[in-house]
Formats: sequence, C-alpha cells, structure tokens
Amino acid sequence: MKRYLVRRAGQALVVLVLIACVNFLILNLAPGDVVDVLAGESGAGDIEYLQQLREQYGLDRPVYVQLGHYLLNLAQLNLGHSLRFQLPVRDLILMRLPATLLLMFSSLSLAFIGGIVFGVAAARSPGSMRDSFISTMALLAYSTPLFWAGLMLIILFSVKFGVLPSGGMRTIGGPDDLYGMVVDVGRHLILPSITLALFYMATYTRLMRASMLDIYNMDFVRTAKAKGLSPLKTAYRHVVPNSILPLISLFGVQLGSVLGGSVVVEVVFGWPGLGTLAFDALFQRDINLLMGILFMSSILVIIVNLVIDLLYSWLDPRIEVEA
Amino acid sequence: MIERESLIRRYCHSTTGVIGLVILAFVVVMAAFGPIIYPVDPWAMVARPLQWPLIDTDAPLGSDILGRDVLSGLVNGARVSLIIGVSATAAAVAIGVTIGALSGYFRGIMDDILMRLTEVFQTIPNFLFVIVLVAVFSPSVFTISAAIAVVSWPPVARLVRGQFLTLRQRAFVESCVVVGMSTPRIIFTQILPNCIAPVIVTSSIMVATAILIEAGLSFLGLGDPNMMSWGAMIGFGRQSLRTAWYLTLIPGVAIQLTVLSISFVGEALNDALNPRLG
Amino acid sequence: MKPILEVRDLSIEAGPKAHPIPLVQDVSFSVAEGSTLAIVGESGCGKSVTAMALMRILPEPAVRISEGEIRFCDEDLVAAPERRMQEIRGNIISMIFQDPIASLNPIQTIGDQIIEVIRTHQSISKREARKRAIALLQSVRLPDAEKRINYYPHRLSGGMCQRVMIAMAMAGSPRVIIADEPTTALDTTVQAQVMALLRKAQTETGTAIILITHNLATAAESAKDVAVMYAGRIIEYGPVREVFIAPAHPYTQGLLGAIPDNADGDGEIAKLTEISGNVPRPGTLPQGCAFEPRCKSAQPQCRQQRPELTMSGARKVACFFPNAELAAQ
Repeated sequence: MKRYLVRRAGQALVVLVLIACVNFLILNLAPGDVVDVLAGESGAGDIEYLQQLREQYGLDRPVYVQLGHYLLNLAQLNLGHSLRFQLPVRDLILMRLPATLLLMFSSLSLAFIGGIVFGVAAARSPGSMRDSFISTMALLAYSTPLFWAGLMLIILFSVKFGVLPSGGMRTIGGPDDLYGMVVDVGRHLILPSITLALFYMATYTRLMRASMLDIYNMDFVRTAKAKGLSPLKTAYRHVVPNSILPLISLFGVQLGSVLGGSVVVEVVFGWPGLGTLAFDALFQRDINLLMGILFMSSILVIIVNLVIDLLYSWLDPRIEVEA
Repeated sequence: MIERESLIRRYCHSTTGVIGLVILAFVVVMAAFGPIIYPVDPWAMVARPLQWPLIDTDAPLGSDILGRDVLSGLVNGARVSLIIGVSATAAAVAIGVTIGALSGYFRGIMDDILMRLTEVFQTIPNFLFVIVLVAVFSPSVFTISAAIAVVSWPPVARLVRGQFLTLRQRAFVESCVVVGMSTPRIIFTQILPNCIAPVIVTSSIMVATAILIEAGLSFLGLGDPNMMSWGAMIGFGRQSLRTAWYLTLIPGVAIQLTVLSISFVGEALNDALNPRLG
Repeated sequence: MKPILEVRDLSIEAGPKAHPIPLVQDVSFSVAEGSTLAIVGESGCGKSVTAMALMRILPEPAVRISEGEIRFCDEDLVAAPERRMQEIRGNIISMIFQDPIASLNPIQTIGDQIIEVIRTHQSISKREARKRAIALLQSVRLPDAEKRINYYPHRLSGGMCQRVMIAMAMAGSPRVIIADEPTTALDTTVQAQVMALLRKAQTETGTAIILITHNLATAAESAKDVAVMYAGRIIEYGPVREVFIAPAHPYTQGLLGAIPDNADGDGEIAKLTEISGNVPRPGTLPQGCAFEPRCKSAQPQCRQQRPELTMSGARKVACFFPNAELAAQ
C-alpha cells in the first residue's frame, strides 16, 4: 500500500514537471519575445515590469538555462507578479481558489449523486419508458453548452420567477452573521452548481446505467439472488457498490474538464473564483497570470487524482494485488 | 467484415440515428449554401435594434442590440462550428492514431514515454489549456482548431494503443511479421483497418465536444474575430439577457441541436458497427 | 424413500413470447432426502438452466419456465410467490456455482457475505452471526478461519472460495443443495476435497444434493441416480450403477466412451470412442430424435419420430434402439 502510494506520487511528480515543460514550450513557440507574450498589452509600456519578467525567466541566457530557471521558479511556486492586480500571482490564485473549490465540490457532489440515482433508475428497468426518458434527458444535457444552460437558468429563476440571485457570491449589504452568510452564499451557489453539474450528471448517469447492466450479469449477483436477497437488497448491497467504482475513476479523469467548465460558469454567474480571474487575465492580456492559473489548476488536478487513487484502492480491495 | 449494405440497414434501425442524420444534414447544407441563399451580412446593421423574432421581415429571427440579423448570424455561425468541429477532430485523430499506434506497436520504452505524454495532456485542464493557447497565439479558425486538437487527442491515443496491443498479438499479424512484411506495411494494411470502427465512433463524439469548446471560447470573446459564431452571438446577447432573451436562446438551441444530432449519429454508428452490443 | 424435490414435465424457454426458443423440454426427475442425483451432459444441453430454474433465479423475462411443476414438500415452487422463494433460497434450498471466485462479491469480505446470508434468514445479532460464520468456515475446513473471515475473495484460492461457497450454502439448514459444476474451475486435487466436503455435509445433515456436472467420474463417485441430458431433454435416467455400467442410449455410451480410463464390468479397458459433431443449438432441433444426426446406429425411424422417455428395466431411456445387450435381458 505504502509502496503503491510512493510510486503514484512519483509518477505525479513526473507529470507535473512535464506540464511545466509544456508551458515553457508554449511560451517559446509563441510569436515574439517571451516577455512580450507574457506582459501582453497590459504591461507593454512598463519598463520596470518588463525587466522584472526578464529576470523571472532569465531571458538573456541559453534556452536550457531558461528552462531550469523556469522550473526552479515553479518549484518554489514563484509564479511572478500581476501588474494589473498589483499582487503576486500565487497569492491571487490562492485567494480565488476557495470559491472555485466550493463550486466544484457542490456541483460534482450533485452530479455524482444525481448520476447514481438516475443511472440506477434507468438500469433497474432497461428499455422501459423511464429508461428511455432518462437516457434522452442525459443526452440532451450532454449536448448543452454549459454557459448557455446557465443563462437559461438565470432567465427562468432570476428574471421570470425572481427566486434566486443571478450572480455573485454574496448579497451586497447582506447578513453578516455566520448563519445568514451561509444561507446567502448557499442561495448564490444553487444556480452555478446546477449549471456545472448538468453535463457531468449526464455522463455519470450514462456510465452508471451501463455499469449497472454490466454488473447485473456477474456471477456474484446470481449468488446474491440465490442467497434469498430481495431484488432491492441485491441492487443496493451488491450491484450498486460495484457499479460505482468506474464512476470514481471517471471522476478523476474528468476533473480537469470540470475546472475548465467552471471558467465559463463562473463568468456567467460572476462567481469570484479562478474562472473569473482567468477571464479577467484574458481581458487584460495578462498571460503570465493566465499561465499561472493553468499551472496551479494542473497541480490541483494531480492532487485530487492522488486522493481519488487512494479512495479507490480503499474501496476496491483488488487494487493492492495489481499494484 | 461488415458489408456496407447491411451497415446502412443496421444504422437505419435507430430512429434517433436517422433523426440525427437529418438534422445534421440540414446544418451542413446551411453551413455550405446558407450564406449564398440568404446573403445578409451578419455584422451589418439591417434592422432596428432588439427586434423580437417573427415581427420584422428585415430580420425574421429578430435583431440584436446593434440591429444585426439573428438569422444571418445563425446561418454564418454554422460554418464556424462545423469547420472547427471537423478540422479539430481530424487533427486530433491524426495525432492520437499516430501516438497510439506507435506506443501500441512498439511497446517498451516508446510506450512508456508516449503514455506519460498522454497523461500530461490528459491532466492539464483542457478548456483552460485551450484558452491559454488561443490567447498566446491569437484567435483564428486555424489556431482554435489546432488548440482544440492539442487537448483532444489523448482518448484516441489510448483507444488505438489498446487496439494495437491486442491486434499485435493476433495470429494474422504475427504471421505477417514472420513472413517479413515491413513494419509500416503491417501497421497500415493489417492493424489500422481493424481499429477504424471504434475510432469513427469516438471521433463523432469529439466533433460534438469540439463544437462545444469552440462555442465556449467565442462566448468568452476568444473566437475568430472575423467570423460570426453561435457562441459569440450568445456572448453579445447576454448583455440584453433580461429584456431580449431570444438573442441567447436561439443560437443556444442551434448549438444544442447540432451537438445532439452528432451524438445521435455517433450512438447509431456505434450500434451499427458493433452489432453484438446493440 | 419419499422424494424431497420432484420435478415434473419442466420446460424452459427463451426469447420473445410469440416465437419462444425452447431450452429445456419436459424434464422430470426427483431426489430423495440424503441422496444425490447427478445431471450430466455436454455444455449447452440445458442442465445449468434447469438448476437455475429450480431456484427460480432465471434471468426473467428473457428466460422463463413455460410449463411444469417443481414439487418441494407438497409445495409447487413454480407457482410460489417471489416472497416465499426468497425465504427458501439460501435457507432451505441453496446453490453452489461453477466459478467460485467470480461468484463472490469482490468488494466484500467473505465474512460479510456469509453473515449476510445468515442474517437474511435468521434474526440474530451481528456478533452471533459472525461466530456462526467462523464455525461454518471451520466446518468446511478453511484453515485459519478466524483470520480469513476478514479476507476479500481475491486473496483466496479457487478451492478456498468454493469452501466459502459451501459454507454459505450450509448457513441455513438446507434440505436440498444444488451444485452447478462445483469442481469444474478447480485443480484436480482440490476437486476431490470439495466433493468430499459436500458428501460430509450430506451425511451430517441429510440434505439432498443435485449435482450438475459434465464430469462423469464425479457423477459416478457421488451420485445414486443419474439423469443424462441432451439438447434440452433427459435421454436416459436411472441408478448410476445401471446407467454407467450398461448405458442404453447411444449418447450415454458415447459420453462414457469419451472417458479414456473407463473400465467396464469385466475389467476390460473400453475403447476410446468419440461422438462426432456438435450439440444442436436451441431452436434448431431436428424433427426426430435430437441425437440422430450424430448417432452411429441411427435408423430412418429416428429421423421422423422423436422417441419418448420409456421405462426399460430400472431405468428410463429415450431411444428406439437402445443397447442390444439390454434388450436381450
């Protein structure tokens, strides 16, 4: 178990270094001087800032030294300075990270639970009306651009019914006691979470359905029936727990895509997380900040994947043998 | 091997597959001939601003805040979506097949390196990565397609690698090796034709995803500035969301229908190509 | 002795209701308390489907019982409500399967899986159930039962998993145990141990065993009676001694001939013979005797008419021209 963990952590480190190299490669492939690219239009006139960037990247030295320099900086999480925000990039990102994590956590939980519930409902009677309805809805959600779904929800729930806030994280001048704040943030969280969850709920529903149908044909399910378990107990004690395993793997694979999805969703709802920060960086053409966000998000994906690996090996005892 | 006629018949078993194909054909025709049949400049002010659909004959589907014609935007946007969807997928499939084939055929160190590379590209959050690439290389149809291709190839590589790993050990391939057939010939004439079916199914899903990514990019203002696209229309429409929500609704439905039709086609193809699963 | 389980004219079909494909037709047999009935035949002859039908765990509605009765102590299980079947399964009638590792849930410890069956049928505490599970594992001679009860199936060998399955089958107080190819997936040495365990359980509790197997040696060692199935029908049925020493049906003869070390009554080594051809697929049965296309002694009559299962001495046989020796008796 310990060896398995160490090995996975080692692999993750290799991947991280390679990601940094890819970032470096992009900067060097871009048209023009690296510093011009990084500063974009935001800092082109600011000589001091350009000098600072030149130092950060060691631009007057050979490429391999530059790469070393770049990696060393990243290893210390030194991502440079954002001229526009007048803050170190790392601090900016860490400030915005909690909001994004909250959004991702709530929407992924929603997607996961919803996917399991709908997947089970569909797989319990394959070919029925219920099954085809769920499958069709899943395909529809699968085909809907996230940002558009968000806008439609705003039209419905904020503009037409006026029951939920259309954007932001907190009401300006809202309650400042803890309970009031939690409720307030919770209300703001509902629409963005649903929006971001829709697509992934659809994927989980489809996978859960397929996985359940697979597991139903397994020998141990026949054993469960032969033990005298009712169909319901067979389903939730034996079929469902085994069917969830592939969903957990997919969870790790999709994490990067969820982070990407949260960019548009945050922009639509003005949610003050990494996504809106990336959008601002884009508008200010602050490429250094943008690349910092990309790198930190990659780290996040790697860390969460390690956690998921751990969780998986705990849930599926067969793993230790294969490792 | 699957006969062509029976393949078509099996495809037609799927009602949704046929519906998808009809919608898709409509979108393709719109993209190809729409701007000729309906020659209205999507950027020009042709009507009074914020006209609701089905009121003004100058703008049958309404006009936006600058008086631009929604129908014209719809017709022209189909082009961008399809061009980027198809070219990004073609490029991603080319990269994915090459990498998957190399690592699956040669195995060993080659496989280790290429799979680590695949893992890297699968780890980087793909939409953010596309944003960075397009922002650094400045947006155009070409850079957008290329950026989407760069983030989309890993699943194809994994799929093809898996196919190669199994097919490589089959008797018919082993015998080609024994007979002394050259490696490229074995790859191209013996193994590759056998992986085409799953790659086709995967690439249909990739076209759908590419269209969604492009829509997201142009919604954020990172689309090709010279071409009207559905995502950009939603981005413009968003400013008048409260009063003129049709500006957001119409292009969104267009994206959804197009992507849905491609998903339908992909599913029907999957069932037709793998009858045992159907 | 009065039979504990009696099957009468059982038919099982699959596919659409409008055009069903018969898998098993008019199968009748019975088994008495404390005795063993072997059902033998090649794969695809319908013996496993029959076993699942006895427990009513067929994958309905795709595969279903179309006719017949399964009499268990004056109760017809075909007509029994699902509720009642749940009481019976794993408690009064239990089952052991072919692939023991795949038959256990990979993500639950074997202890939890045994405890589950105990607590499904008896209202006792978890601790009591656990004690009972350990006792069961000890009775099937699983070494280190107290420790191994916490193991996941993949850490046990196939033979050990089959012991766990037997322990699970013994958890209630089964009157009938259906063993579907219990030794097929195991090593030869382990096979004998598993069969010995089943026999031990039988002498201790007096349970009846229905042994489904394609291994004639296993059947000959353990069973009192044997039913030979071919293409969904029983073609020969009688006491093991009679059927195996003097097989009447050409198919049974062929099966026995296909075992290299089969010794006949005189101690002479029988010639190794093979049955040419394959078992016909369900739904493609010939009009006459299903075995006719592969039968060496087939006559024109065999092609037109299907022979019924008829009494011939102590056994029943479905053949117009059964073994000549027998006819002479």
